[in-house]
Amino acid sequence: MSSIDTPLVEVRNLTKHFGSVIALNGISMVVKPREVLCLLGDNGAGKSTLINTLAGVHQPTSGDFIVGGKSTTFYSPRDALDAGIATVYQDLAMIPLMSITRNFFMGREPMVGFGPFKRMDMKFADDVTRDEMHKIGIDIRDPQQAVGTLSGGERQCVAIARAVYFGAKVLILDEPTSALGVAQTSMVLKYVNQVRNSGLGVIFITHNVRHAFAVGNRFTVLNRGKTLGTYEKGAISIDELQNLMAGGKELQVLSDELGGTI
Amino acid sequence: MSIVADDKIKKTPADERLKKASVATTLLRRPELGAVAGLVLVTVFFLLTANPSMFTLAGIMNFMAPAAQLGILAVGASLLMIGGEYDLSIGSMVAFAGLVFGAALVVWQVPLSVAILIAILMAVVIGVVNSQIVIKTGLPSFIVTLAFLFILRGLTLVGLKWASGGATQLRGMKEAAAGSPLTSIFSGDAFQGLFAWLASNDLIAKFPNGTPQVSGIPVEILWFIVIALLATWVLLRTRFGNWIFAVGGDERAARKSGVPVVRVKTVLFIITALCATLVAVLTVLDAGSTDARRGFQKEFEAIIAAVIGGCLLTGGYGSAIGAFLGSIVFGMVLIGLTYTSIDQDWYLVFLGGMLLVAVMFNNVIRKRVTGER
Repeated sequence: MSSIDTPLVEVRNLTKHFGSVIALNGISMVVKPREVLCLLGDNGAGKSTLINTLAGVHQPTSGDFIVGGKSTTFYSPRDALDAGIATVYQDLAMIPLMSITRNFFMGREPMVGFGPFKRMDMKFADDVTRDEMHKIGIDIRDPQQAVGTLSGGERQCVAIARAVYFGAKVLILDEPTSALGVAQTSMVLKYVNQVRNSGLGVIFITHNVRHAFAVGNRFTVLNRGKTLGTYEKGAISIDELQNLMAGGKELQVLSDELGGTI
Repeated sequence: MSIVADDKIKKTPADERLKKASVATTLLRRPELGAVAGLVLVTVFFLLTANPSMFTLAGIMNFMAPAAQLGILAVGASLLMIGGEYDLSIGSMVAFAGLVFGAALVVWQVPLSVAILIAILMAVVIGVVNSQIVIKTGLPSFIVTLAFLFILRGLTLVGLKWASGGATQLRGMKEAAAGSPLTSIFSGDAFQGLFAWLASNDLIAKFPNGTPQVSGIPVEILWFIVIALLATWVLLRTRFGNWIFAVGGDERAARKSGVPVVRVKTVLFIITALCATLVAVLTVLDAGSTDARRGFQKEFEAIIAAVIGGCLLTGGYGSAIGAFLGSIVFGMVLIGLTYTSIDQDWYLVFLGGMLLVAVMFNNVIRKRVTGER
């Protein structure tokens, strides 16, 4: 039904007011299959409000929200999930003391048997978890090991793999690389790339222009609740993007002062 | 020179060393490890110091009976603790359920089955009240159930005086329950025929007149075993079990993943109240009476047994089988000291010491499991 060019999610002139506070003041963006849209913005630009609105936590005050070609309103996170929009929040919704398998299937446990003998299909769950981890390139000795034993990057990947496995068409990643080291970051970015190539649309929220440039196809810059513009990858340089995001020249000046290290 | 050579030999099969560590980690990852170690330690201690009659069939039944009474509570408490909450009211609940059950039998003179049903309904109500206050107010369950520790104990005293006409003891349950087909499920010894047969074939110790010294397995021990197995199965193999771990591990993460947090906690509080009620029914029918001191301080012993069994005080980790073993450790020490020349009051010292060691041990295990450093 939906061709390759039909946007998975489209937002036009979205606004969101909290009482007298205008959090979003006219956001427009488009996410298509097989692409990573990077949402860039400094603190307070409205990134979190936008994510929460896309994920069904908040309802927009005005504007169009079009999913798969149809105008839609989400009244709860469940609605968004049912429409194939999955959000991986910064805290990942993972429990360190529980095994990878149990985390992977938390809230969506596979069952076998019936009546009083209905039970979790642990073997199936373990196999799926091992398979999915293998696809990412994380070689776990035992899917029953606690999530706490994984590195930050691995955890991020497990959270993404979980969303993908349970049928996400659009993946919203909330600053997936913000707390990670270099090696861990490249691991996550590699996986985001892999997810994109498998046909999903990814909304990648970050304030790190380098990370955005590494995987993004298009960049939408937010500032003070508005979209400043959307740029194709070839049409803008890293420095221009950085300046746009900072909303002025001060950063360029500072960067020059510091010898171009920002 | 030789040291260098040694080093080379050791470094090459690095992978195999990893695999060995992984087997050890698998073992260490079991929350019951502490309880198994404790049980082995205590067993060895009493094998060395106690009169050998402690480990005869009769001796084992002797320490398993109090272990079972505590253990039924501890298994319920362990599930709730894994779910991230405490119930300090279970000890008082034993007394209160005993009063309700006893009053139903003796004062209202209903049949045993109806009395048990009334006790169960009352347990569900208390469980719901406890859980709803904890969930709705967001207060720590520690403090909410501490209030119920006193409320239920007080209600028991008042109720006992009302039911018995001024005394703090209520009698006559055995007579009231006699003849009901349910009596054999909740009191007496099971497998008496088997034990008689074993005795007649000289397989177990018997009295000179030919009757076995142990006439059967006290039903409370069977209840204890069944409940521990059931709880373990629920915990490790069912969806609800996964939800218990999730709710205790991180409530917010669980909620985000679609786990019905409120329902899980409510059911867990009902389970602890039901466990207390079962202990009340078993002990009331066994003694034929109930009094205001029933279950006194059992809430703490149950939590200690659960902690010895590997439950973390912070929730999200633990085991029902661990609580089962922890309770046996308790029973062994409580009764075992009477088989030695050691003053029995060391029991309390042991209790505190064991708790301290277990908590420190669990802390290390938690760090190992989560890879914390």
